[in-house]
Amino acid sequence: MNSTYLWYATRASGIVALILLTLTMVLGLATTSRARARHWPGFAQQEFHRRVSILAVVFLALHVLTSILDTYVHIGWLAIVVPFSSPYSPFWVGLGAIALDLMLAVFVSSLLRSHLKPATWRGIHWLAYGSWPIALAHTFGLGTDSGEHWVIAVGVLCVLSVGLALAWRVRTSVKKQATVVNDVPHMVPLTRRVTTASTRRSRDDA
Amino acid sequence: MTRLRITIDPVACDAYGYCAELLPEAITLDEWGYPIIADGPLPGELVDLAKRAVRDCPKRAITLRENKRG
Amino acid sequence: MTRSANPTRPQGDVHRLLGHPTDLKGHIDAHGPLHVSLGRDRSWQQGLMTSLEASGLTGRGGGAFPTSIKATLACSGGTGGTVVVNAMEGEPCSDKDKLLLIRAPHLVLDGAQYLAALCRADRIVICIPIGRDSVAAAVSHALDERTRQRYTRVQEVVVRPPDRFIAGEESALTNWIESGRSLPVFRPDKGTPLRIGRRASLVHNAETLAHVALIARHGPGFFRSRGTSEEPGTCLVTISGDVHHPGVVEVDHGTPLSDIAVLSKPVGLVQALLVGGYGGAWVGPGQFATPYASIPLRTIGASAGVGIIAVLGDTSCGLAETARIARYLADQSAGQCGPCHFGLPAIADDLARLVRGHGGRDTLTRLHRRLQEVNGRGACRHPDGAVSLVRSALTVFAPDLAAHGRGEPCHHWHKVTTLRFPRPIRI
Repeated sequence: MNSTYLWYATRASGIVALILLTLTMVLGLATTSRARARHWPGFAQQEFHRRVSILAVVFLALHVLTSILDTYVHIGWLAIVVPFSSPYSPFWVGLGAIALDLMLAVFVSSLLRSHLKPATWRGIHWLAYGSWPIALAHTFGLGTDSGEHWVIAVGVLCVLSVGLALAWRVRTSVKKQATVVNDVPHMVPLTRRVTTASTRRSRDDA
Repeated sequence: MTRLRITIDPVACDAYGYCAELLPEAITLDEWGYPIIADGPLPGELVDLAKRAVRDCPKRAITLRENKRG
Repeated sequence: MTRSANPTRPQGDVHRLLGHPTDLKGHIDAHGPLHVSLGRDRSWQQGLMTSLEASGLTGRGGGAFPTSIKATLACSGGTGGTVVVNAMEGEPCSDKDKLLLIRAPHLVLDGAQYLAALCRADRIVICIPIGRDSVAAAVSHALDERTRQRYTRVQEVVVRPPDRFIAGEESALTNWIESGRSLPVFRPDKGTPLRIGRRASLVHNAETLAHVALIARHGPGFFRSRGTSEEPGTCLVTISGDVHHPGVVEVDHGTPLSDIAVLSKPVGLVQALLVGGYGGAWVGPGQFATPYASIPLRTIGASAGVGIIAVLGDTSCGLAETARIARYLADQSAGQCGPCHFGLPAIADDLARLVRGHGGRDTLTRLHRRLQEVNGRGACRHPDGAVSLVRSALTVFAPDLAAHGRGEPCHHWHKVTTLRFPRPIRI
């Protein structure tokens, strides 16, 4: 296949994968912070999160495949999963490999969720917080298109949207901690778990 | 009628409410947003929706179990 | 059939559990030595299991579950497990387990040893809450005696979980032993044994174990010689409240409630009896003749599980006391399950409103709805106990309820409570 076409495909699929990964992050953060779109049921939001993540993995696979098949620069199969082992631009490609490894872990653990302890699944899912910034660094560090205005704009939008979603998430979690349960003085605390009512329903006023 | 029952793990449940959105015929929410399951076995036409609810619950608090006799 | 070392009926039969010497030597003199036989054939184990079944012993910690069935379940979980002695006694009105461990620790510990041999457990864990140092000291002293005289087969150790109402719930106890978190565990399938790590565990109330020790030594016939044929044996009951002589008595199953209450000399007229502790139910004068046994009590909404009777004199407000109990139970929720964590405080609020005369029909309707919704929707039975208590109060104190609802609270609701709470409860 013509090397140029492969190269375009690699770059395009990479950017699309980044956008989809960003969208996945935003949706995931929205779920835990109970942010809801007005006329959209919550389960639809959750299913959307899952489908977008699958799409992100598909485009990631395309991105990786085209980059391997492109003989113009030599990357090698191993470099996909083993960081910093690529002959071409080892550091930035290596970051991509790390991001891929983390995304794969999140993806596979979610497929096998019913076989894992809840705490294990959650711990692995948190790796997503690592994969996104590393993917971002990989995109702009490799430098192929990072000079283009529209690519910079995409990058800024990605950072803004995750930043906002993260801020919202932190705000919700801070509010949760402020509601103390079982505040019975002089008694040994036995729980660390606080649940708050869904924001859709307020407590019945007497 | 199937022999399946919806079971909620009350410790895991965190009142997201997705199950009630998918299965309003079988699940209602109390005043604090936690699910109340209707009595009796799950009607056949709701099984697919119930499986969807099982998959969509962010806390995996809802499960389908075989209805043990007695 | 288990052969007892001492086939004659033991002395002091009136006080089977509490009437014997506390020290090890006195204990052996009174009851005979601890004898377990672990041969290759399981004849001794089978003999003990048969004795337990034949005796009809049920749990004395609240569940009133047949002891032999519980043991069978734990044995099915494999060897190397743990026998847990539940001396948590979270109910504030209960003293029987404390007393039993101070006066007859060897009886309780022997019961644990018998069950450990039955299920091939390799350790016994005695749970005494933080703060009950006199009980812990008594048990530690007993453990020293046993170690020094090489009396025991299975290792016995004391642990100190937090002193909370819910900490004595069996899954909360095993969870604490395993992970340090005193939180009940959701168990949809009660057909599998509790586990600590991978090993099965058998949790029993201290009094139940004392009975096991006596049955193992003296046979099921001995146990059945008191009580009724449906509910044999004796049990310890703590009587408190508006009485001259609060304390612990040992009574036959099937004794009418009034006969038990009278033993502690109530002050004046008795308005109601609280049977089964704060997770139990109120019983009105019309039912004072009910026998103290699971089945008769269940028909009036109460239970015999925990051995508690609190006497409410007629200068107290039953609704106010119930409101205090409801507030206490709400405070004691583990906070894990929404319906309990939110529902119990809401129920307590509604009751408080009714007691003060600020709640009308709406409040009562809402209270009934909440009771219905909260019932059965927690991981453990804590909310269920609260619901059963409040429902019984609404029935037994119905005339008062009507008066309070009309805005005429009785002057007694201000009165200092005769019930016991770890700290003052405001309604």
